[in-house]
Amino acid sequence: MSPPPSSEIAAAAPPRWRTARRLPFGTTLTGGLLLIYLSVIVMIPLGAVISRSTDSGWSGFWDQVTAPTAWAALKLTVVASVIVALINLVMGTLIAWVLVRDKVPGRQVFDTVIDLPFALPTIVAGLTLLLLYGPSSPLGLDLAYARTGVVVALLFVTLPFVVRTVQPVLLELDRDMEEAAASLGASPLTVFRRIILPTIAPAMAAGTTLAFARALSEFGSTVLISGNIPLKTQVAAVNIFGQIESDNTTGAAAISTVLLVVALVVLVLLNVIQRWVARRD
Amino acid sequence: MTRWGLRGVALVYLAFLLMMPVGVILWRTFQHGFGPVTDALTTSQAVHAFRVTAIVAGFAVVLNTVFGVAAAILLVRHRFPGRRILDAVIDLPIAVSPVVVGLALILVYGRNTSVGGWLGDRGFPIIFSIPGMVIATTFVALPLVVRAVAPVLEEIGEEQEQAAATLGASTFQRFTRITLPSIRGALAYGVVLALARSLGEYGAVAVVSGRVVGQTQTVTLFVQERYQNFDQTAAYAAATALVVVAVVSLIISRFLRPRGGER
Repeated sequence: MSPPPSSEIAAAAPPRWRTARRLPFGTTLTGGLLLIYLSVIVMIPLGAVISRSTDSGWSGFWDQVTAPTAWAALKLTVVASVIVALINLVMGTLIAWVLVRDKVPGRQVFDTVIDLPFALPTIVAGLTLLLLYGPSSPLGLDLAYARTGVVVALLFVTLPFVVRTVQPVLLELDRDMEEAAASLGASPLTVFRRIILPTIAPAMAAGTTLAFARALSEFGSTVLISGNIPLKTQVAAVNIFGQIESDNTTGAAAISTVLLVVALVVLVLLNVIQRWVARRD
Repeated sequence: MTRWGLRGVALVYLAFLLMMPVGVILWRTFQHGFGPVTDALTTSQAVHAFRVTAIVAGFAVVLNTVFGVAAAILLVRHRFPGRRILDAVIDLPIAVSPVVVGLALILVYGRNTSVGGWLGDRGFPIIFSIPGMVIATTFVALPLVVRAVAPVLEEIGEEQEQAAATLGASTFQRFTRITLPSIRGALAYGVVLALARSLGEYGAVAVVSGRVVGQTQTVTLFVQERYQNFDQTAAYAAATALVVVAVVSLIISRFLRPRGGER
């Protein structure tokens, strides 16, 4: 158990905003500055994307999104992201399990290496994958300029999400229940399905959602390995990039808005899951 | 039996997805020894790219550190209208594609917009120059410092600071003598993560920089441009330099991580 007393004390004390009518000056000032900062950097620009996407009306927006290359790119992105999320769900949980429960020699190293995709620049990730799985592959596996290549690149950049959400939950898991179940004759599979899985399921869902959101928006790692062939291997982010380059910002904004909406829906879903779990505890 | 099976599957997956790609780039880079690598990294174009990356990442990290700490304090210690919105906005960059970030900045600060035009006329262009790249990088790395510092602030509580306040310590004294020392580790962790992210940013910078060789080209843009111009030696060498930076920051962050996942 991690120590939660400070939050309990905080919960016991009456919330400040009910006792104090006016916010202290320092808070207001910091809050105001932060608001300006976030507006300038995040909110106004993103608002501009959404407003630009409907520049030529709703039908204009729809035309941009359903243009053959754009639509193909969106479809590929969503399908590849779903596949990648599902593979992560299984492999991420498995890796977390092996890191926590199996005393693999050198697991400290593996545990550190898992985060490499977060630290490695995406263009470098793409280049390394192209070297291993490209035309000059030392393994004789050429996945470049094919959809499989896109999936591999997305698998690389999303690897840590499920591992890192499931791992802490597995570490906290009380093993008494598993032992009790086993002593009563439950098979390892039954123990996993009835005891472990229900506990780690929310974390698995959270990690998978994050991996999906990340895969949707990925750009750098797919640039080199996919070859960016329109209608075939071009993902949505690359399509947006191309439209910006050819000065069609309205089209770029339309595709961006679709991506933003999907990502937002997914994140809201994640929030709902997390609250549902918090209430259940 | 199952145990060995699971272990095998996990290790093979990691080997093919992580270890081998990184191994291959190291092998390709140093295939012909160190000479070509150092030559490729000391050309004026490469040196300039490293300098641009350092400048952009430096500014972005400073901005994110200052505002990250302020946002964390505000979120953890104060209850105010719009707090949950602020909380959500900070996480937004995680879900936004870097390319969309770039587009968003062009739409507001581009040369053809009122804001961008006005600033450009006064000799302070944003897009296709360093300021735009700094904003893009800051956007992308926005949540890292806040999310590293906030849980620690939550944990230490406010008792010590309240005690200091009753003894007459000013806000500034309380911050530098109590808050800062207690969040030091988490702050360093967040800064390392933000720095690694900033040094490696590609998509957003590719859009807003205009990718002018010798002017707005960062190391990541250098890798891509050299590779596509069939100068593989330089591309691999710069990529390897970035791999080294990533691995080093990973190791540092592992030591700094507040009570890491491993026990």
